[in-house]
Amino acid sequence: MNSLTDRLVSLMIGSAAALVAAVLGWVLLDILYRGIGDLSWEFLAQPPEDAGRSGGIAPIIVSTMLILMVALIAAVPLSLSAAAALAQQRHRRFGWAWIASRCLDVLAAVPSVVFGLFGNAFFCVALGMGYSILAGGLTLACMILPILIHTTEHGLRAVPADYHYAAASLGLSRTTTFFRITLPAALPAIAAGLVLGIGRALAETAALIFTAGYVTRQPESLMGSGRSMSVHIFDMAMNVPAGDGRANATAALLVAMLLIINAAAMSLASKASAKLSGQTAEDMNSRQYV
Amino acid sequence: MLARALYPPKNHLIHHPTTPVGIETPVGIESIGASCRLILNASFWVRLCAGVIAVTLMPGCHTRSDGAAEITSSGLSGRLTVTGSSTLAPLVVEIAKRFEQLNPGVRIDVQTGGTGKGIADVRSGVADIGMASRPLKGNETDLNAYKIAADGVSLIVHESNPVQELTQRQVVGIYTGKIDNWLQCGGRDQSIQVVHKAEGRATLEVFLKHFQIDNPDVKADVIVGDNQHGIKTVAGAVGALGYVSIGTAEVEAATGTPIRLLPVGGIAATTAKVASGEFPMSRPLNLVTIDLANPLVRTFVEFCQSEEVHDQVVAQYFVPIKK
Amino acid sequence: MTKWSLSTLSRLKSDWLFTVVTRSSACVAAAIVFLVVAFLISESIPAIRQIGVGRFITDASWHPLSDQFNLTPMIVASLTITLGAILIAAPLGISAAIYCQFYAPTAIAVWYRRLIELLSGIPSVVFGLWGLVVLAPIVARLGGSGQSILTASLVLGLMILPTVALTTQAALRSVPGEWLAGGAALGFCRSSTIRRIALPAARRGILGGLLLALARAMGETMAVLMLAGNVVEMPDSIVAPARTLTANIALEMGYATAGHRSVLFVSGLFLIAIVAVSVSLAGFGGAVDE
Repeated sequence: MNSLTDRLVSLMIGSAAALVAAVLGWVLLDILYRGIGDLSWEFLAQPPEDAGRSGGIAPIIVSTMLILMVALIAAVPLSLSAAAALAQQRHRRFGWAWIASRCLDVLAAVPSVVFGLFGNAFFCVALGMGYSILAGGLTLACMILPILIHTTEHGLRAVPADYHYAAASLGLSRTTTFFRITLPAALPAIAAGLVLGIGRALAETAALIFTAGYVTRQPESLMGSGRSMSVHIFDMAMNVPAGDGRANATAALLVAMLLIINAAAMSLASKASAKLSGQTAEDMNSRQYV
Repeated sequence: MLARALYPPKNHLIHHPTTPVGIETPVGIESIGASCRLILNASFWVRLCAGVIAVTLMPGCHTRSDGAAEITSSGLSGRLTVTGSSTLAPLVVEIAKRFEQLNPGVRIDVQTGGTGKGIADVRSGVADIGMASRPLKGNETDLNAYKIAADGVSLIVHESNPVQELTQRQVVGIYTGKIDNWLQCGGRDQSIQVVHKAEGRATLEVFLKHFQIDNPDVKADVIVGDNQHGIKTVAGAVGALGYVSIGTAEVEAATGTPIRLLPVGGIAATTAKVASGEFPMSRPLNLVTIDLANPLVRTFVEFCQSEEVHDQVVAQYFVPIKK
Repeated sequence: MTKWSLSTLSRLKSDWLFTVVTRSSACVAAAIVFLVVAFLISESIPAIRQIGVGRFITDASWHPLSDQFNLTPMIVASLTITLGAILIAAPLGISAAIYCQFYAPTAIAVWYRRLIELLSGIPSVVFGLWGLVVLAPIVARLGGSGQSILTASLVLGLMILPTVALTTQAALRSVPGEWLAGGAALGFCRSSTIRRIALPAARRGILGGLLLALARAMGETMAVLMLAGNVVEMPDSIVAPARTLTANIALEMGYATAGHRSVLFVSGLFLIAIVAVSVSLAGFGGAVDE
């Protein structure tokens, strides 16, 4: 009986997982199938011509990477630090950590178009950045904070308590424990969150139209306006007549880039984790004999 | 729950970190030196950050769009910001690119966000020039509009729909919900899906004005935003009736999208008929400014209206203006 | 850096610095939501002052240019479509995570994860396009234009599925191996171990992930705009069209003049209020340490 239920549950889980894979694979293959025809070296290396219907998207790729870089440089340290505070805190109802977490949940629900209008009013106008890659990146940073903090906090919490005991019994301070033991152990989980954040940032359209802007010129500085790939996809698909081909090609390229960035983030994290925790163990050993 | 009993939740354990015990920390010269190093380091970081911010913000102050143009010996130079209608944006991007090639010292940044944003940005000084895909309204007399192109609006149906033309009364009947089957208009037995535009859109205003329909009376099945959204909706539903920009519909129909343009008032919906002024439903595409005091703004607006860009206007499927 | 942090930081007992820095960044991150809300309020004040809050619920319909401002059908639509998306994404996403964590062989699990991560980075425009071109004509066979609550929920469910699956898997991974081994030692079969040990232990993380997904679904704009039909009416069936609050902002913002624009910000405020209420209700349910 027990093993029958077990098999039944396995079957259900397996078929649900297969369904998910099938639908997701369908969407992905559909994008690649529609886009692959227009992909070429010229597409990667040239600026857009005729409102994007011909030529390539080289400056747009550069702008996209710059926007992503600004967003990550702003959001990753802040989210790491915030998650460290939240992970050490019990979430008592109406305690400050509880309130902060709920605020972040609400932040996650702010519609991207509202983020765009907010970013335009705050970064572009109030802080005087104008339509710029910097303003776009910072707006994106605000958007991806909730997801980065959530995943980082859970990654930090998942580090076994034994590690903390061991550290405490060795007389390490909380700061040292965090940087040398907790953080390295949680790096793979943090990287997984980072991958989600990067995905969200690369996928964002509405928030960037009003902040990073629409300009397709090669960006000259972070203060210049630059169009991201997602904005370009939106423009080609919904605004420029007969632009569907280029929209699909850009989407296919975005998928390919995402694959590379994700793989890089994961392997970097696991290497860093191995290196840091390796050193930690070494240091702890040497400490034992002091 | 069983596991809870066996292993206490770990959060309890890490909550109150034990004070470090065991290793004695010598408090003295060494730690003062260390703290100095730390402080020095911190101030280094502060200075670095300040430097980075200063460097990145400084050019920003200069490039803010106050349109500080000056005429140098090599011609015009400066930076303009143009915002507004997404319909116009692709055209103005192309014109701006040509203008930049002719005047290498000039940078023109084209942004979108809709006609409303363009008008608001020109008023607030965020932009030097606005793009509006409709004529100015009564409460916008503080601004000047410069027509750079025209755009017709036509009805579209699915390619497989046998209906060739709709009368004024039939269109009004369909949009107000009195007619809901193509049979009533000489077509197949197929329910009609009314594709309408969102309130405030210029094509909607042109359409409502021509057919004299009150917007609250419209009974729509789908409300779309951009022209392409309308075209994709009609292409995906055999019983749909919608209205979009003629140039857009023409090129989409020519590239194989299953839609067909219907004539209005007996006049075929083509960009040629819009250009000749025969087609009844059309709208102006305008550049909007407070004034032309800035020489760079004046030169650019004049360039956009000149015959030099007519090929670009046609290439973006709009109708050029004869002066 | 490593030697330095060990020898200096721990000796300085700089834990207070660590605490101050991390806690203040948590507060900064959470404060962004107040900044956004303050921005929305300042933009909505003209409308609230002129129209009053009551009329947003009691007016006959939504025709801002004809002075009618009823938001109720859009609030209902937002809630219905979000609920639909969660009903699709929650069981499938959690199943996918369980499969990935407990059933799949390592090699498959890695690729399965990568597929899901990829999907989290597809721009909503691309999902919207896929829905518009592929899914809507299929749904249209049920009657209507194919742009409906059902289509929007299906695609939105697909879009938030990666968030559910990845956060759930992270939560499951953080369940200590000993607990699972304990289950096995007690003679539990695999499905019982998952049901009685892994899922309860990971409950907090899973619920947090669902909240993030819910917030994301509420705030999603582009895909819903392209798929929901956007007619402002009380929906009477799942194949009826409906307009969400976010779609309303995106549709009308670009063309709205002063007064109308202010009303749209009120709808943004309503959206955030709804999310804040549902998030704190869900927060009472489980995102608290016992």
